[in-house]
Amino acid sequence: MREKLRIKNISLTMTIVLFLIMFIFGSVRYDHFFSLSTFLNLFNDNAYLMIAGIGITFVLITGGIDISISSTIAFTGVFMAYSLQKGIPSYIVIPMALIIGIIIGAVQGSLIHYFKLQPFIVTLAGQFLMRGLCVVISEASIPITDEFFKFMALGRIQIKLGESKALNGKIYYYVLIFVAVLVAGLYILKKTPFGRAVYAIGGSEQSAELMGLNVARTKIGAYIISSFCASLAGVVFSFYTLAGYGLQNMGMELDAISSAVIGGTLLTGGVGSVFGTAVGAMIQGIIQTIVTYENLNTWWTKVTIAGLLCFFIVVQRIIAVRAESAKGKSLAAA
Amino acid sequence: MKNKINKLSQKQAFWPVIIFLTIILFNTIMTKGEFLSISIVDGHFYGRIIDIFRNGGKLMILAAGMTMVLATGGTDISVGSVMAISGAIACSIINGNLLPGLGGNVAMAIILAVCAGIICGLWNGFLVAQIKIQPIVATMILLVAGRGIAQLITSGKIITINSDAYYFINGGYIFGLPFPLYIVLFLVGILLLFVHRSAFGLFLESIGCNSLASKFAGIKVNRFLLAIYTISGAFASVAGLIESAGIKGADCNNAGLNIELDAILAVAIGGTNLMGGRFSIFSSVIGALIVQSITTTVLALGVPAAYIRVLKALLIIVICLSQSGKFKLHISKIAVSKKKEEAVAL
Amino acid sequence: MSSQTKLLTMEGITKTFGKAVIALHDVHFELEAREIHALLGENGAGKSTLIKVLTGVEERDEGKIELEGKKIHPRSTNEAQQLGISTVYQEVNLCPNLSVAENIYIGRAPRTKMGSIDWATMSKEATKLLEKFDLKLDVNKRLDNYSVAIQQMVAIARASDIQAKVLILDEPTSSLSKVEVDKLFAIMKRLREEGMGIIFVTHFLDQVYEVTDRITILRSGGYVGTYNTADLPRMELVSKMIGKDYQALNESLKEGQAEKEGTKTGDELISMKNVSHQGSISGMDLTISRGEVLGLSGLLGSGRSETARVLFGIDQVNEGELTINGEKVHLKHPLDAIRKDLAFCPENRKTEGIIGDLSIRDNMALALQAKKGLFKKISKKEAQKIADEYIKKLEIKTPNADQLIKNLSGGNQQKVILARWLATNPQLLMLDEPTRGIDIGTKAEIQKIVIDLAAQGMAVLFISSELDEELRCCRRIVVLKDMEKAGEVVGDNISEGAVMQIMAGGEGK
Repeated sequence: MREKLRIKNISLTMTIVLFLIMFIFGSVRYDHFFSLSTFLNLFNDNAYLMIAGIGITFVLITGGIDISISSTIAFTGVFMAYSLQKGIPSYIVIPMALIIGIIIGAVQGSLIHYFKLQPFIVTLAGQFLMRGLCVVISEASIPITDEFFKFMALGRIQIKLGESKALNGKIYYYVLIFVAVLVAGLYILKKTPFGRAVYAIGGSEQSAELMGLNVARTKIGAYIISSFCASLAGVVFSFYTLAGYGLQNMGMELDAISSAVIGGTLLTGGVGSVFGTAVGAMIQGIIQTIVTYENLNTWWTKVTIAGLLCFFIVVQRIIAVRAESAKGKSLAAA
Repeated sequence: MKNKINKLSQKQAFWPVIIFLTIILFNTIMTKGEFLSISIVDGHFYGRIIDIFRNGGKLMILAAGMTMVLATGGTDISVGSVMAISGAIACSIINGNLLPGLGGNVAMAIILAVCAGIICGLWNGFLVAQIKIQPIVATMILLVAGRGIAQLITSGKIITINSDAYYFINGGYIFGLPFPLYIVLFLVGILLLFVHRSAFGLFLESIGCNSLASKFAGIKVNRFLLAIYTISGAFASVAGLIESAGIKGADCNNAGLNIELDAILAVAIGGTNLMGGRFSIFSSVIGALIVQSITTTVLALGVPAAYIRVLKALLIIVICLSQSGKFKLHISKIAVSKKKEEAVAL
Repeated sequence: MSSQTKLLTMEGITKTFGKAVIALHDVHFELEAREIHALLGENGAGKSTLIKVLTGVEERDEGKIELEGKKIHPRSTNEAQQLGISTVYQEVNLCPNLSVAENIYIGRAPRTKMGSIDWATMSKEATKLLEKFDLKLDVNKRLDNYSVAIQQMVAIARASDIQAKVLILDEPTSSLSKVEVDKLFAIMKRLREEGMGIIFVTHFLDQVYEVTDRITILRSGGYVGTYNTADLPRMELVSKMIGKDYQALNESLKEGQAEKEGTKTGDELISMKNVSHQGSISGMDLTISRGEVLGLSGLLGSGRSETARVLFGIDQVNEGELTINGEKVHLKHPLDAIRKDLAFCPENRKTEGIIGDLSIRDNMALALQAKKGLFKKISKKEAQKIADEYIKKLEIKTPNADQLIKNLSGGNQQKVILARWLATNPQLLMLDEPTRGIDIGTKAEIQKIVIDLAAQGMAVLFISSELDEELRCCRRIVVLKDMEKAGEVVGDNISEGAVMQIMAGGEGK
């Protein structure tokens, strides 16, 4: 059983080592790869994925699943682009988008908890509902011309660690949103009763109930956080692309789930960390970068990530099975 | 007589059939009878009804496979991607890009495409039964990677082919009826025969209700799961062939896109419990016809296609709620308290 | 005993499930402060329902509950806890993935001034609290690093620390060794001294006499009475628990024994030689002959169910040799065992036995169908014939075979499962707790069936946590302890004392 505790650590260590290996591989193979800007671009290009991944981590830790997040991202984008086009100012549009995210999460979470519907059916329906609504609003991509959005899209901090070009890089402002979400995620999961209840439910929902924890609030809360993070990711994504398009990010929930799993989250619930998820997302970013450098079809990214996800799940299973039999052995010896 | 009707309404297929007939009736009235009219051109039947059957072919096949997967309490959302793979393989072989040694042999192309579907299904089954990954995640891997694989097979291009033999899969007629209908009859027929003539149906329901107890009763649960996902994969590949023959080529981005929801919806409308357990393949096939006819109807009414998807998503939630014991409990509690209030008021 | 010292009173508690099943009828219960009060009754007497009502898991239909003179109506465990009623359950209800400290404090963790969880203080407090219980643990380790016994202690530490006035211990000792039980009793006594009222539910009568002050007995959902432990002789206690049926049972016991004497055990059917399965049994030697009912006894986790699981191919033999009819076998799946004419009614009827949404007929035909294989389908007509036969033979109470099994009572469900296996015509029938949660009449019926089957030449492996039941049915009882065979009692040597002695023997090694 001691082994089981290590699943998270083994996964995370493997992930970090993998990341380093890939970074070194890229640096040796391609000119200009080894630079601060390559590293920082991982954040610039994947901030939205990291934010969404952190959100879904909450749901995964409770032992649930949320496959509606990619369409929530797309819907947020389309909704904002459409509203801005109609002349509604950005300081109203953005909060509204986030509130919509909260509502989506609350509805899905309630259906799952109160009516005992399977999470995958509910969030699958949610996924299609939101994609449908995207197209209802607009079939074509809507450009965003709002000043604030432009400012966020272009505003960046130059980082200069030395004279050499490799030591120069930039970070866009919206990456700071990711940093805020990461810090909040770490704090909530580690330091608040709600966060601990999320883990408790993942460990054993029945026990959590009997220990007097508020299971309904916690579970629905986890789905709300997931959807909220998805809509926040949608906001960041529109900063990134300056457009809202209903078919954007198809299948991105797999990326988010992969990030979490690669970062050490168990799909069976109870174990996971948002830091791991962030690292998991970085791995995907670096795969994407390498695929671009190799000039390969971008679909290779998808295929590689799916393969990596499989690999990590299988490793988790093997460790879990070993831990079970090790526990048996130690008991037999005692 | 009354007894007979009662008995009939107990059947799972009763309501789906009634709904389907109602939709047809509605359409007939809306179109002042034009909906039902069937014309004969060159000895082939044409008409809206025939179209529903032809265009619903893919969905009927998928729904039949999906029914069994859902009956085990699992799901297979990779069917759309498997369709894309199968279309990509068949078309690439026929136009000689893939395995040029076969010289574009249509029969071989079809066989290899179906084999690919079987391999996809085996892969899903392996992940679910052996590695014990949740079905939604296991099949999501193929959902995303599968479309990627299809893209890699076609090098990211949309392929168009020129083969009358291949076109026949979707556009052909035998005895005046469209060929896809025969494929449906053949596949669903074999499946029904298998389910009803062997103990497969009993075992499947048993696994869906309680897989642990089924194992303890001597059923090799893992083997069944593997078989069921494999059948689903194989059926999806056939559906992929029909679709790709319909567009006379392979479009990996759009082949079978979002069709998994339609298939799940068809099964739900057919009355199979999505939590696993009791199932009826025949009802699901009717469910598929209903989904297809709803699509046709809504389009005919001039509603944009986008709304249909919203409608379907809501429909799934409503059907799930109606199947949920908890929901019934809440409703009955509300009803009881209302009655009490009424009683008090009196 | 003035009414002022009464900590808790429950009066006229009635609870029905559905329309027909009366779980509790007009039950009375009272608890004083500084008291350990045993709540006794056979399975299905209503103990657990009463506790569920008290802790807010179930809502009562009628009756009132007063805590320190104030009417209460808890609707959730959380509410009950806030009122000062905490519970420790038979199965550890903690979260294995959290640390020991957190399991004690989750939901009420100490906070820093900033309002966040204060992990350092929590660890310190937890260590201090556990020291009170003579436990020295690394409280920052995950709970599942520790044994079930320690987990149980942690659960009790948690429950007692929540400013509990009433502490309910629901069969906490079933998975503990003698030393651990003693430790637990010391803690219970200390908590009593601190002013707590403790409700103690147990199956072990020795423990009742060792630690409790008073006893309340329930029988088939009804209230029998409350007695001072010191004033109630053991025989009287047992007869009050079993009720009127006691005489009848005695009769059937004698009858059964007569039958037992009458049957001759045949040749050896099963033999396990030095069989081990990692983590569940080790070095097991066991033989079962045709026509005998072999009892398998031992505490929970001693390896009794685990032995049956290995015999039925659910768990694989890692070491040693298993022979059936003199032929060496490797069972990799229950189906392999079924094909060797073995049958197994598992302990958890609901999760491992019944297929709830299928009809009685389908449930009965299932194992036979599996044995015959996928393609030799049993026709509906044949299945109906099997169902009719066993519904009649086992006196299953149901209007017809089309009923879903989940709608039957526990006893009738058990009979259907029994029929499922009898339909396969087995040579060895393994029954794991076949009468758990079954009313007393059906219980006697099932015991009778078992004895009859053996008389007809079937070998039966009978596992039960209720000793008297094993004594009634078996001529030979193998006692297990710590995953190994600890001893065996045969024929006239069989007695509760002899079995208990082996169960308890060799402690502290």
